[in-house]
Amino acid sequence: MNFLARHRIILPVVSLAVLLAATFWMQPRAMSYFGLNLLFNLAVPIALATIAQMMIIMVNDIDLSLGAFVSLAACVTATFLNDAPVVGLLILLALILSYAALGAVIHALELPAIVVTLGMSFVWGGLALFILPSPGGASPDWLRTLMTVKPPFAPMAVVAAVIIAAVTHLLIIRSGIGTVLRGVGGNARSVARAGWSVIRLKALAYALAGLFGVLAGMALVGLTTSADANIALRYTLLSIAGVILGGGEFTGGKVSPTGAVIGALTLTLAASFLSFMRLSPDWQIGAQGAILILVLTARLIFRQKGAA
Amino acid sequence: MTDRESAPLVTLTDAARHFGPVRALDGVSLSVHPGDCIGLVGHNGAGKSTLVNLINGGLAPSSGEIAFDAGASALEAGVRSVFQELSLCPNLTVAENLRISHSGLKGPGWRRPARAEIARSLDTIFPGHGIDPDAEVDTLSIAERQMVEIAIGFAPRGTEARLVILDEPTSSLDAGIADQLLSHVRRYCSEGGAVIFISHMLGEVFEVATRIIVLKDGKAVAERAAGGFTRQGLVDAMGHVTADTPETAEAARDFGAEVVRTDQGLTAREGEVVGLSGLAGHGQAVALARLYLSRTSSWHAGRRPEVVFVAGDRQRDGILPLWSILRNITVSILPQGARRGLVDRAAETRVAQDWKARIGIRTEDVTNPVLSLSGGNQQKVLFARALASPAPVVIMDDPMRGVDVGTKQDVYAMIRAEAARGRTFLWYSTETEEVCQCDRVFVFRNHEISAELTGAEITEERILEASFEMQEAS
Repeated sequence: MNFLARHRIILPVVSLAVLLAATFWMQPRAMSYFGLNLLFNLAVPIALATIAQMMIIMVNDIDLSLGAFVSLAACVTATFLNDAPVVGLLILLALILSYAALGAVIHALELPAIVVTLGMSFVWGGLALFILPSPGGASPDWLRTLMTVKPPFAPMAVVAAVIIAAVTHLLIIRSGIGTVLRGVGGNARSVARAGWSVIRLKALAYALAGLFGVLAGMALVGLTTSADANIALRYTLLSIAGVILGGGEFTGGKVSPTGAVIGALTLTLAASFLSFMRLSPDWQIGAQGAILILVLTARLIFRQKGAA
Repeated sequence: MTDRESAPLVTLTDAARHFGPVRALDGVSLSVHPGDCIGLVGHNGAGKSTLVNLINGGLAPSSGEIAFDAGASALEAGVRSVFQELSLCPNLTVAENLRISHSGLKGPGWRRPARAEIARSLDTIFPGHGIDPDAEVDTLSIAERQMVEIAIGFAPRGTEARLVILDEPTSSLDAGIADQLLSHVRRYCSEGGAVIFISHMLGEVFEVATRIIVLKDGKAVAERAAGGFTRQGLVDAMGHVTADTPETAEAARDFGAEVVRTDQGLTAREGEVVGLSGLAGHGQAVALARLYLSRTSSWHAGRRPEVVFVAGDRQRDGILPLWSILRNITVSILPQGARRGLVDRAAETRVAQDWKARIGIRTEDVTNPVLSLSGGNQQKVLFARALASPAPVVIMDDPMRGVDVGTKQDVYAMIRAEAARGRTFLWYSTETEEVCQCDRVFVFRNHEISAELTGAEITEERILEASFEMQEAS
């Protein structure tokens, strides 16, 4: 095991640093309080969604409905939560519980999560359209204030990213229950043998995913001040890419919350970087994919060197 | 030494477990007292795992009763199991794995006591183990993982381990570490703990067990104090008539041309069975893997492969768990049997049926999933896969791990027969008895060949001599 293989967090940090340096080099004006906030503020909902996806990947499943779910949460936030806060909160709570139920069903019936969540993405999408047929709604004032707050020293986006990473690191890596949850991804049978109810643990993991999905939706509305049923559809793939970019693995319960947040930041930054390069938007998605492949290849090479 | 008056920890009364029509366990009565060390032996499929799972609460009995003296469940009664197939979470650290089975570790700062507890347990059982409690399990070797698993089994975990079930605990440990474990088991039992010890290595069973129970076809066919059995008697009771081991000295056979030669000095000739021996983890597996990879191409699988590989770690790189037995066998020969890129199903079935009969895979139908087989039979499938291919060189990386005596005899005979037909076998084994079956043996020490033995030189003594540094410990 070499240094890089042992400390999986190094590579995501280096990727972000390199990309950030390149951005600053091309656009020195970004190197300011205001510039950083502009670069990263859309990363906050993506980071939350990435954490949500990480919860699912942690228990060896994958969530293809996350984008639709975040859109739905955004629509609820922009309508019910704004007009009737209590009803809005209850709906968001119900969404989280339905995620927990989804996890329990997937485990109990041994369904492939990829199929179930793909199906659910149409349900969430339908509900979102039902709530908000055309783009609109408004952000609750407190949410708007929260997302545009200007803390001293570092801009909101950076502070938020640090807080998200710290909280989820404590929850998933440091705490006892987080350890058991990662154990479910590593070897569910041994967790069951130790007397845990795996179905409850999976429901918990999904509930956490639901919670962070809802938070992502709320953060998004706080930034954009309105919502749309399709506002966050691309989050599904962005969140998966973020988890993997951050050093996570698709199977085996190997995840890193800090890495996931860094992955989300990297992906957001990659989009801005490409704009600074004056790359036509038509090519941007492809270029973003190229960056992703580059980072993953680097990781694979380091891993193989470490194993040899 | 056993206090027969004390209440039994666990009592099974006529416990039975059926899986559909299969009577995995057919009415077993058993009581385990504090201080007992029960050796449980039996054939693959005799019902050992089922019995273990009934005692540890993994399965409910179909009929009969299981009573614990303290608490309603096995967990509350302090029953712990260490399983044959490794059951740690590889993505967690050693200390975190303890947390999984120790719900008493709560609140902030649970790591420190977890680290201390696992380190203490490891130190007690395996002094000088050198395992870091903060190491992730997947960075550990298979022997180290087994040690961690055993240590977790014996760790107090908030209550106290009162009955520890060890299912093939030494299968991936080398002799020195296995001895540490055996002496710990003896010490633990003399202090009032109880152990159920399952092993195919009868020597170990005799060494630790106070009582031996022989299982056969789901029934306990014999139960006696360990002194009441002889090795031969035990094998007979298990129902395997071991034919007198054919003496290896069937006159020096003539071998063909040299077909293998590596930089390390490993050589093999046509028709020869070459053994690799030495302590576990001294480079034998690496040498075989390197040889295999140097002879195969990752780009193009030829119609006539030069070498095939029989994996010892069948969970990791042996069986294809989702496939049927048939497909698991024939996957190595698909290119040979294919016509214009399409699989010849009739030929495939013929090969699978043929090997099922030749190697004695216990199943009614080769289209059953491979996971329906017991471990030993899964290993037979892997042998069939390798032997079915036309490759002249067969590499085997400790293939008999956790395989019962009967299966071993079958496979030895098969290897002999195939070698006589001109195939070359390179066989790494942790069991000296197996190595003694070989025509030539290379003993490894510290990733180098320390001795090459042939014919009558192949004895346990000579191998041990070459495995250990004979100089004074510095």
